[in-house]
Amino acid sequence: MTTDWPPASAGATTLRVAVWRGDESGRFQGFDVPRQPSQTVLDVVTHIQRHLDPTLSYRFACRVGMCGSCAMMVNGVPRWTCRTHVDKVALEASLELAPLANMPVVKDLVADMDGFFDKWARARGQFAATATRADDFAVVDPASPERREADAGIECIGCGVCYAACDIVAWNRDYLGPAALNRAWTLVNDKRDGARTARLEAVAGDAGCHACHTMMSCTEHCPKSLSPTRAISGLKRATWRLALEVEEP
Amino acid sequence: MSNRREIAFWVAQRATAVVLALCVVVHLATMVYAVRGGLSAAEILGRTRGSIAWGAFYSVFVIAAAVHGAIGLRGIAAEWLGWRGDGAELATTVAGLVLTIAGLRAVAAVVGT
Repeated sequence: MTTDWPPASAGATTLRVAVWRGDESGRFQGFDVPRQPSQTVLDVVTHIQRHLDPTLSYRFACRVGMCGSCAMMVNGVPRWTCRTHVDKVALEASLELAPLANMPVVKDLVADMDGFFDKWARARGQFAATATRADDFAVVDPASPERREADAGIECIGCGVCYAACDIVAWNRDYLGPAALNRAWTLVNDKRDGARTARLEAVAGDAGCHACHTMMSCTEHCPKSLSPTRAISGLKRATWRLALEVEEP
Repeated sequence: MSNRREIAFWVAQRATAVVLALCVVVHLATMVYAVRGGLSAAEILGRTRGSIAWGAFYSVFVIAAAVHGAIGLRGIAAEWLGWRGDGAELATTVAGLVLTIAGLRAVAAVVGT
């Protein structure tokens, strides 16, 4: 952090905010933002952009924790900023805001999420239909173990918080990451899907589920309280069973 | 199935972890028992020498530790040093073999007559 003013005291009416400016080689810029009741971190960023510096770039859409576009590093921790109250994170009445870690910086608080979503495609995160519109609805028992596993991971909003929190992503740039693997696991458990084997092949190996060390940073930080760790463990077991079933080519 | 090798490494590391968990518990419990009982080194060796059971137990312990350690070193080399490929595989295999040989020599010293 390269800001040059001293930390403010707790209970202050002004919040001191260090905001990342520029690209990878940028620096933090300091702003003073008035405190408000029930103020979110996204409110703070919006105040800066509307009242202090209109050139500040950041992303948001829904403001209610559904779209997954406003995630950024808040005091070094990846968070969804629209649902993060300043009271909970601004110790010493100061904030440090930076673009999501483990992704290239486009500008200011905007991270380039291309690689993140390309990995969803590499993990075969697309549903492969086995029926047509002429067929009847598939019957999926809500109590079946597969449906329960899919339910546990299906609420992912693609915010990238888990990806920014993951040390393996930082160490192994090819690693698919928690979100893509979580998506793959929901599809592996979807009885309507027809690409199970190809998907398990895509997620196995050093760039896939076997790279995970179960450190659980993804699960710790997921704003939707999902457990990508559990999904990745499921993929490890499923790929092993597949390896036992399928003969050597 | 591609990536069969990585899956095999994962299974081997998991399986050896289970073996090590048991071995470490038995090893520590035995140590505590022997020390509390006031046994000297010579008395302990007197019990282990010629014992097929202790020889088998510690041989399994050594092999599990060598396999587990070598696979772990392979991961550390890849992630912390960015060292992947044939060179890293060879180096960690050698590390595993050295651990195996050194460990089995120690076992031989304890159970050999």
